Amino acid sequence: MDFSSINPVLLLASLIVAATPLLLAAIGELVVEKAGVLNLGVEGMMITGAICGFAIAVNTGSPVVGLLAAAVGGAVLSMLFALLTQYALANQVASGLALTLFGLGLSSLIGQGYQGVKPPSFPRFDIPVLSDIPFLGPVLFTQDFIVYLAFFLTLGVWAVLKYSRAGLILRAVGESHDAAHALGYKVVRIRVLAILFGGACAGMGGAYISLIRVPQWTEGMTAGIGWIALALVVFASWKPWRVLLGACLFGGINVLQLNLQAAGIAIPVEILAMSPYVITIVVLVIMSADRSRAPASLGKVFHAGS
Amino acid sequence: MKRRTLLASAAMTAGLALGMATTGFAMDKTKVGFVYVGPVGDGGWTYEHNKGRLAVEEHFGDAVETVFVESVPEGPDAERVMTQMALEGADLIFTTSFGYMDQTINVAKKFPNVKFEHATGYKQADNVSVYSARFYEGRAIQGHIAGNMTESNVIGYIASFPIPEVIRGINSAYIHAKKVNPDVEFKIIWAYTWFDPAKEADAAKALIEQGADVILQHTDSTAPLAAAAEAGNVIGFGQASDMSEYKDGPRVSSIIDDWAPYYIARTQAVIDGSWESVSTWDGIGAGMVGIGDITDKVPASVAAEAMEMKAKLASGEYHAFTGPLNKQDGSVWLKEGETAADYGDNGLAGMNFYVEGITAEIPN
Repeated sequence: MDFSSINPVLLLASLIVAATPLLLAAIGELVVEKAGVLNLGVEGMMITGAICGFAIAVNTGSPVVGLLAAAVGGAVLSMLFALLTQYALANQVASGLALTLFGLGLSSLIGQGYQGVKPPSFPRFDIPVLSDIPFLGPVLFTQDFIVYLAFFLTLGVWAVLKYSRAGLILRAVGESHDAAHALGYKVVRIRVLAILFGGACAGMGGAYISLIRVPQWTEGMTAGIGWIALALVVFASWKPWRVLLGACLFGGINVLQLNLQAAGIAIPVEILAMSPYVITIVVLVIMSADRSRAPASLGKVFHAGS
Repeated sequence: MKRRTLLASAAMTAGLALGMATTGFAMDKTKVGFVYVGPVGDGGWTYEHNKGRLAVEEHFGDAVETVFVESVPEGPDAERVMTQMALEGADLIFTTSFGYMDQTINVAKKFPNVKFEHATGYKQADNVSVYSARFYEGRAIQGHIAGNMTESNVIGYIASFPIPEVIRGINSAYIHAKKVNPDVEFKIIWAYTWFDPAKEADAAKALIEQGADVILQHTDSTAPLAAAAEAGNVIGFGQASDMSEYKDGPRVSSIIDDWAPYYIARTQAVIDGSWESVSTWDGIGAGMVGIGDITDKVPASVAAEAMEMKAKLASGEYHAFTGPLNKQDGSVWLKEGETAADYGDNGLAGMNFYVEGITAEIPN
């Protein structure tokens, strides 16, 4: 047993790297579900974003352009879901599952020829002054800018949902689309916008994996992170800060358990391996004891005429 | 409601078309199915099995039709996939991951006329063959190179599941690294997955952060090599496939699985009607395990020794597990000059212990 081989600064820095894609995808899905739409296609949008971002970053040489392309790619794919569920009134669960399958296939098609290619590396973004703080500086303030983006996105989503009129309308649409409709709000339009936002976030989350966390393109490389993001939204009871906490817990404990294994800590590996799932669920379930519930119209089909 | 009926009928038509496409096979063609644990583009394990499938198609041309399903989870879902393949008329089904073992046996019972081939397992039946490669021979060469190359004397090992095949690989690599470098230490991470690039990369990073400058992997994707490339000054090996795209970077050699000759021979046996349940376990000698080019990063003398070891392993002159070797608890496993048996209590097939010197413990 040798704790000294674990460097806490590096550990916390990789904790944040592991949490970021999850946070991005989950915060996008949170907005979608707050608008009353259940999009199970997160995994498909993530993997599509991963390859769109990767391909564009490689071809343009600019990871920032790649990230934008990933957001666009995810949003375009989610547009398909929006068309199916909001205009053709298809079942949301089935459409979401189909979106994941479609995204996985589409991404491996686009990804032909990108295997083994090294993407341009993301510039690190050291925040002046703050990055010089001992310990906290290297952990929090020398990350790539997507990490900050994800954090401010969480902050933004929380503020908008809680304090702004736009957030109120979005929540109204998610709670009772009939009432919102009766008040004259464009339910379908608002939901489509929410879906596009969710798609863009998931796409960026995917690109974070292919451009920074791994960094390379492999078919199916998101390997279920989209599903974890979906579960996280539910366990976080649709609250942005809990999503952030859950993402850090899950990503963090995962990285921590890998480090503990490498250090040869005498905890059985099976327990270490399942700890991220168990601890994340337990913590979030305890926190949601305040009986927060799902948006009332979640997953229900809305048709103005019915 | 009109739009809904339209959608429903469109969906039904699509469903019908799909059903037709999958069941409409020609009767005289031999149909060979493959069940994969990862995507065909994983660049490693599944990629090589799929290369074997393509070789079958090329060899037999129109006489054989192949089908495959990728990313099938190990567990009950695999049974569904195999059943579906058998129902759709497959004559021969290759199930290419250890975790499909019980499912293969279960489905084989229901379809006595369909032949099954399970990779890396140990349960045989009248219509179930098992086949595997002696990857540990390649691991011996890897260990030799790794032990010579490491400067920190810490070698990181990303393991997948605690099954005999993986444990054999760890032992073989460790024995041969230790032989050339007595100070070497192995840090082992169990990822509990065959394919999850993000997790594999995280594991590689954790090992590198803890001082490893050589990364060995028993997971299927190229992600650990990508993480090694990112870290710089770390070397790794191609796993299951050559992974030659990392040749200019961290990859110094590789273990390559070559399934094509076996898949062609077994398909031929089904066509001839001579198929019998067998247990095949081939290594470097038979060509099932290949060693990829050793790059210039490795000193010429080390590379030459590695190639010599390869030749001796191939001819049978040298066995990767040759005594004296003790088990982790210090008890004698192999006496001076004794080589490990394939089967039996202390055999390789069921290996469930580490050799002396490894400090970690095997998860149950």
